[in-house]
Amino acid sequence: MLLHVEDLAVTIDRRAKTPVRPVRGVSLTVDAGTTVAIVGESGCGKSMTCLAISGLLPARGRVSAGQIILQGQDLAALDAKSAMALRRASMASVFQDATGGLNPVRSIGWQIAEAVRLRVGATRAEAAKEAVRLLGRVGLPEPERRAREYPHQFSGGMNQRAMIALAIAGSPKLLIADEATTALDVTVQAQILDLIGDLRDSLGMGVIFVTHDLGLVAQYAEQIVVMYAGRVVERAETAALFAAPRHPYAQALLTSLPSAAKPAERLPTIEGVVPPIDALPPGCAFAPRCSRANHICSQEDPVLLGGVACHNIQVMA
Amino acid sequence: MRWTAIKIARAGITMWLVVTFVFFVLRISGDPTDMLLPDDIDQATRDFYRRLWGLDQPLLTQYWSYLMALVQGDFGISFRNNLDAYDLVMERVPKTLLLTGTALIISLAIGIPLGILAALYRDSWLDRGVMAVAVFGFSMPNFFLGILLILVFSLQLRVLPSSGSGTWAHLIMPAATLGISFAAQFARYTRSSMIDVLSKPYMRTARSKGAGPGRRVTLHAVPNASVPIVTILGFKIGELIGGAVITETVFAWPGIGRLLTTAVGSRDLAVVQCIMILLALTMVTANAITDLIYGWIDPRVRVGAGATQK
Repeated sequence: MLLHVEDLAVTIDRRAKTPVRPVRGVSLTVDAGTTVAIVGESGCGKSMTCLAISGLLPARGRVSAGQIILQGQDLAALDAKSAMALRRASMASVFQDATGGLNPVRSIGWQIAEAVRLRVGATRAEAAKEAVRLLGRVGLPEPERRAREYPHQFSGGMNQRAMIALAIAGSPKLLIADEATTALDVTVQAQILDLIGDLRDSLGMGVIFVTHDLGLVAQYAEQIVVMYAGRVVERAETAALFAAPRHPYAQALLTSLPSAAKPAERLPTIEGVVPPIDALPPGCAFAPRCSRANHICSQEDPVLLGGVACHNIQVMA
Repeated sequence: MRWTAIKIARAGITMWLVVTFVFFVLRISGDPTDMLLPDDIDQATRDFYRRLWGLDQPLLTQYWSYLMALVQGDFGISFRNNLDAYDLVMERVPKTLLLTGTALIISLAIGIPLGILAALYRDSWLDRGVMAVAVFGFSMPNFFLGILLILVFSLQLRVLPSSGSGTWAHLIMPAATLGISFAAQFARYTRSSMIDVLSKPYMRTARSKGAGPGRRVTLHAVPNASVPIVTILGFKIGELIGGAVITETVFAWPGIGRLLTTAVGSRDLAVVQCIMILLALTMVTANAITDLIYGWIDPRVRVGAGATQK
């Protein structure tokens, strides 16, 4: 077990307002060499979950409950310095906006070499060489020349490859890809997904892949965690989820996927929007949009039992 | 190459416009002999001087001969003491450079670190304190601050000389007067620029690499934040010189600024023109240097570096 997150909650303090909790009890497990996908609409707390795991929460954010156990070590039990050292040595993140995520006044090679030096403590020359090797590893042609260039000289896809090279510097055990392909063209998207899958297999990394596009992860992830309004509503093996989604929200997500079988039909949509995190309805947060909701749904928040959190589903114990 | 040529041509046109403007404004504003000669002087003497200085000629003829002399490096003769205007001005240059240079270094050395600290500890008491002092610093007019300093340090405490330029002690108050308002402005610019940069996604990338706070500030944030500061620095050189004129007058600092005030007051045309040309040249050079530094810190504007496109 590479990473185990248990009942994680994130609280964001706000000036002159009550704090909000974008993540309210998330549990998930990532094993080495496997991919876990976190799926959900914007604002469901998937990015906040990742930032909490990687220790990159914004200044007013904090982990208010739960445990993050990385390589057998409870991060909360370590002091800030050791927690950072453990994270630095064993995990890395790739974000959506790769071009913005790279420093515009530093060369690509410099930025990757810096990651190499920080993670494994190489000399300047070794790190520069390693940066070129990594750029080649992520499939950039002419890595030596490219290493001397700047982010504005790269396309979005190339920058995302550079970000991945930066992330895999020092061979982390866990890679968190937060909407890493969202801003890219569909063809580039597939290339980046293939690259991440290839790196996972060859380096034995565990991967958390965050996306709002359920269709994207079908063939890449072993396990899918469906989030809604800061909670896990369903957690299942990919094949099982696609074959028989149980939570009404997961079902709705699946039926709104375009499929080649019925091209002429208009796609069904989920009525309504995700409630804002500072105005959650009482009980199950999905109840107002759920066709199967009854009186208990708007009173009690269902707990995650046997991989699904819904009052209307009988789980065999 | 072409870029450089355009820059030089543009600078030349700027210089010509300045020369022309100054020349005509000074002559339209009145007859220099009214100011330079005693009121009760007879008309014959007055005419003699007008002929001597070429003021009897038509304006355009004067302008043409002035331009022709200028091209040959002749800035004319001071009406007041018959010395070469260029020599008179150049004699004062080191003093003004000393004053403005010291003030600039003081303001950068104080303003930039304070701005960085204020941005890093945004909304803390430190930030509020620095910004409150900054507002005070740049709302205070130079002449007022100068007189205040003289009152306190020269008249009350009697620790610093109020005028002149003989020793290092003479430099302290004028440089502080000139430097404080710029320090305040640089602190504010640096703060807002840093706050902008600190929220950029690449700062989170640096954090995710495991870069410590010191490394993130010095190697990632500051180089980006300095881009707009350098741009502003180019503009501020002009204001610095303007401030020097006032400060030199208040502290009787024998630099170009004080020479300019006396020369304008006495309609010493050649001297005023020479100073204006020098100042314009300084501004043009400052802007050119700004462009160079700009390209050096920001690869996106570097000329010729964009050879490989996406």
